[in-house]
Amino acid sequence: MELTWLTELLADNRIFTLQTLGYYWDGIVTTTQLVFLSLVIGLLMAIPLAIGRSSRHRWISLPIYLYTYVFRGTPLLIQLYIIYYGVVFFDGIQETFLWPILREAFYPALIAFTLNTAAYTTEIFRGAIKATPRGEIEAARAYGMSDALVMRRIILPSAFRRALPAYGNEVIFMLHASAIASVVTLMDITGAARFIYARYYAPFEAFLFAAAIYLCLTFTILYFFRYLEKRLLAHLKP
Amino acid sequence: MADTPIPLEVRNIKKRFGETDVLKGLSLQARKGDVITFIGASGSGKSTFLRCMNLLEQPDEGDLIVHGEEIRFKQTRRGREPQDNKQVVRMRAKLSMVFQSFNLWSHMTLLENIVEAPIHVLGKSRKEATEHAHSLLERVGLTARANAYPAQMSGGQQQRGAIARALAMDPEVMLFDEPTSALDPELVGDVLKVMRDLANEGRTMVVVTHEMGFARDVSSQVIYLHEGLIEESGSPEQVLVNPVSPRLKQFLTPKY
Repeated sequence: MELTWLTELLADNRIFTLQTLGYYWDGIVTTTQLVFLSLVIGLLMAIPLAIGRSSRHRWISLPIYLYTYVFRGTPLLIQLYIIYYGVVFFDGIQETFLWPILREAFYPALIAFTLNTAAYTTEIFRGAIKATPRGEIEAARAYGMSDALVMRRIILPSAFRRALPAYGNEVIFMLHASAIASVVTLMDITGAARFIYARYYAPFEAFLFAAAIYLCLTFTILYFFRYLEKRLLAHLKP
Repeated sequence: MADTPIPLEVRNIKKRFGETDVLKGLSLQARKGDVITFIGASGSGKSTFLRCMNLLEQPDEGDLIVHGEEIRFKQTRRGREPQDNKQVVRMRAKLSMVFQSFNLWSHMTLLENIVEAPIHVLGKSRKEATEHAHSLLERVGLTARANAYPAQMSGGQQQRGAIARALAMDPEVMLFDEPTSALDPELVGDVLKVMRDLANEGRTMVVVTHEMGFARDVSSQVIYLHEGLIEESGSPEQVLVNPVSPRLKQFLTPKY
């Protein structure tokens, strides 16, 4: 088999067997799916929400403000508990088509993480939209652009670039926050580490290995954002 | 010739900010090839008047006629507003403005800045717009800077780039809002030279400026504003060389 080198390498220890490495691998897949999906959906939600949040009509901006205020003002763990344990108490939900989805730990976690990152991302984008130089918007209007065109061609492209460093931090924050998904029985990277810790009573090995995996993922994300910033923020360099 | 509509006509524009009357009834007629220059102390309303011409500020009263088309207004809770936004967009595309602080779009290269409105507002093809942009860049002496971002250019280069952006719209009238006031003294000359060339080739221009030399040399009409009213108006010789109003005389006297 191709994996003989690995088997030999693992021959001396009883914790890192092919089986436990398999648990870690499944954990990486689960964590990546959870974080990636919640970030993508959260980002797609955040763009219209940020535009609405910047609206001068209070009946548009106020509900969005309340949403971001609540989700940024409470711990993610509590949000996860409420969604995971709380949905069961809605009368009749067990009979609806939603139940097979909500019964799994993955989807409540995905919902909680998505709503949470969407709230933070909305505020990041709102700040970036607000920071668009007034003169540039004025010039766009003076050249005959409609409000929608000004938003699409001037405000958003410029705001996305400004938001990039802060958004990169949010992505890393989400990766690390995803560790709490293990408390609702999800076997993510931390979940795998907890399982192996419990089985072999080897906290250092189990959690240091998980930490190393998170570190590698973080550096991948950092590297990706550094590349994006280099390309998209070229206009800010002297 | 009598049939061609007047590029820009404004009648009896009034504007109030809170309790202050900034513009107290100003009129102006820019015929084809006119270069109209506004002078006056800060706070006299020059810039506000200019910004009323393309509705960056909403005048409280008065008429605005661009290329023979009168802008329709309606009264709303927030005050007087244009009735038809499409009409405003169409009208603004005929008047292009050059700003004191350049206001180039910072996330685009100079070339992208110049082709942006022709493509997305006028509906030109990218190829046509780009070719036009290159010829304009040559005119303002910035061929080498086509792919530079605004932050990488000097103030004078940015302002000449902004003039190229304005020219790319083939405007009926160009509005200049103190185009040299934010520039270092040694950069002012390049920008004024481009503006002189434009005036000499018969562009219709309305200019707010503190450059008396420019006003004297190229204007067909000089208007001196004081506290929202036209205090004196006429040819450069009349207004700048033989002023009647004591206030204008005082304004023109060197302060050092």
